[in-house]
This record gives sequence, C-alpha cells and structure tokens, in this order.
Amino acid sequence: MWTWFFRLASPPHVYALAGKLGLWFLIPAFALLAVGTWGGLVLAPPDYQQGDAFRIIYVHVPSAYLSMLIYVTMALAGAIGLIWRMKLAHAVAASCAPIGASFTFAALVTGAVWGKPMWGTYWEWDPRLTSELILLFLYFGYMGLRSAYEDINQADRASAILAIAGVANVPIIHFSVIWWASLHQGPTLSKLGAPSISGAMLWPLLTMILAFTLYFLGVLALRVKGEVLAREFQSRWAEDVLRGISTAGSQ
Amino acid sequence: MTPRRQRMLVVGLVVAGVAAAVGLSLRAFQENLLYFYTPTQALAGEPPAGKRFRLGGLVEKGSVRRESGSLEVRFQVRDNQQEMTVAYSGVLPDLFRDGQGVIAMGYLEPGGVFRADEVLAKHDENYMPPEVAESLAAQGHPGKPGATVTAPN
Repeated sequence: MWTWFFRLASPPHVYALAGKLGLWFLIPAFALLAVGTWGGLVLAPPDYQQGDAFRIIYVHVPSAYLSMLIYVTMALAGAIGLIWRMKLAHAVAASCAPIGASFTFAALVTGAVWGKPMWGTYWEWDPRLTSELILLFLYFGYMGLRSAYEDINQADRASAILAIAGVANVPIIHFSVIWWASLHQGPTLSKLGAPSISGAMLWPLLTMILAFTLYFLGVLALRVKGEVLAREFQSRWAEDVLRGISTAGSQ
Repeated sequence: MTPRRQRMLVVGLVVAGVAAAVGLSLRAFQENLLYFYTPTQALAGEPPAGKRFRLGGLVEKGSVRRESGSLEVRFQVRDNQQEMTVAYSGVLPDLFRDGQGVIAMGYLEPGGVFRADEVLAKHDENYMPPEVAESLAAQGHPGKPGATVTAPN
C-alpha cells in the first residue's frame, strides 16, 4: 500500500524533485517579497503612535512566525523519521535547523532594534523575549548535537528526540504574552476575531508572511537536495550526479 | 506490539512527559512571576522594603512635568484605584505619552516618590493610521486612544 510513497521518497527521485521545487517556490517568493516590501514601506500609512517605526513589523512578524513554524516542521519530520525509520524525514529535519535558527535570530535582532526607541530598551528578560531566545538555543543545541555524532543514524535519532522534546516551547512563545504580564504586545493577527490592524497595513503584512513562507520552502528544498546527496555520496546515482557536475564545471 | 508501534509510543510519551513537566512548572511560575507591582500594591507595602522593584501602570493624563534645563521629569502612574509620583532623569521612550502603559524600574524614596532609573513604555496590539485613530477617539470608541483605558493587572 505504501510502496508508491517509498518510491517517491527514493533519494535520486527526491534529489531531482527538490531541485525543481526549490525554483518553483523561490521565484514566487521573490516576486511577493518585492510586492510586500513596496506595500509595506511605501503604500502603508504610518502608525498613529509609532509613526514609521512600526514598519519593522513587515520583517519582524514573518520572521518570528517562521521561527516557530520551522521548529514544528523540524520536530514533526524528526518524529516521522523516528517512528517510520524514514531517512528522508531525518534529512528534512536536519535541513530545517539552520533556516529556523536564522529566522529566530532575525526576529530577535529586529525586535531589539525596534525596542530601543519604542520601549526604551534593547533587551528585557520578558517571557516572550526569553522564550524566543530559548528557541534559538534549541536550534543551536539541535545542530550541535547532530555534529557531535560520527554516525549519521545516531545523529538522526538523538537530534529527533531533542527536537520533539523542545516542541513544548512553541506554545509557550505564542501564549507568553497572554499568560503573563509581558512587555511585548498581545497577538494582532493570530487570535479569534478580526485582526487589530488597519487593512492598508494588513495586506502587505500578509503578503510578506506568504513570501517568507515560500522562501523557507524553497530554501528547504535546496537544502534537502544537498543533504540527500551528502548522505548518499557513495551510491551509484550520487556518483553519476557528481560526475555530471564536475564535467559541466570543467567545460 | 510491533516495533513501529513501540517507537510511536515512545515519541508520544516524550511529548506527554515534557508537556506535563512544563505545564507544572508554568503553574508554579504563574504564582511567582510578577513582572511589576501596581501603585496600589506598592502603596500597600507589597514590594520588599529598600529593594528595587518595577512599578507598572498608566501615565495619568496631564501629569507630566518637565524641569527646564535638565532631563528631569515627573509624572503620575496610576492603576484603577491609586496613583504614585514617579521621578526620572533621562530620555523617555517614543511610546511614552499620556494614558500609555509604562513600567518603571527603581526604588521608593522616603517621601513616597518612586525614583526610576529606567522607564519602559508598553505598546498595545493595535495598528492604524493617525486619521483612523483620530476619528475613533472622536467617537469615544472603547479601548482606543482618547477613551478610558483599563489598567493592566
């Protein structure tokens, strides 16, 4: 019953497919990024309290959203790899980590840059900020743990368990502003009821969120392509691929 | 039980175990993690005497007094019952204004004035152009600028 699925997940097939998928995701991602940037920086009106400084939302919110989405993707892929002994799933999980860490870092830095003039401080040991910092450390721990093992199968298993255990932090990040008295504002979009942002400011934000998500999927596909090749470099198909690359390069 | 089932069970147990551990520690946190004291709590002597603490509340409208020739500023911070004078010397954040939620870090001086060395302004989750904010304020829309705001708890 699952044979078609396993054939789909065979490394040479994934290698070829991931290369195509990468482009299919990245081209619309860059197009939407251009539209969202124009909409956010030029068309959207300034905020009634923050003036133009609110425009950091167009980078900060998509980054923060992706930092959590990528972590959940990584943990799910790790769990699938652990339960069904599926190497492709582990390859996906391993490919997620550096992308997720980058977005977490971007969310923290843009937040700090905005925080100094608006709140009056770059950093505060506030529940939201602290839990997001823990997320960054979880990504670092995941990558560190992976590279500590010589054997890739052991690395897959150990890092998958770390990723699954760390998933408890994701709801904490999201609900931290509701559960505790936090300096960070409450959710604007991800809540029941209408978003508390005016329409002219909202559409560029949604465009940016979609653009960032497509960018993540595109980069993930390209990373998976490299990861699969690195894992299978001794196999026949990988040798063929590598020979193709080297002959193309020497011409 | 097949090995796959067994692994599924292990993953399930890891998730359930971590969730339970986190849930319990959060319950404990909820009782202890108090980010700031309100003026009512501060006047009732709840913060430990002589220690630095955070005072949180809303800036009383029209209470901001600046001294000419220095950065010294005084303003009233209130919750829905009491208010307290805060003295601060330094640059206030951009979001600081009448009616805004602020958190001041400092200590209580003998005269009952809170001497702050850091003032943070809390932002709300509403984003809108200035014209919309003005028309909402004109209509007295609840929860919007110009209307009465509830104190943070």
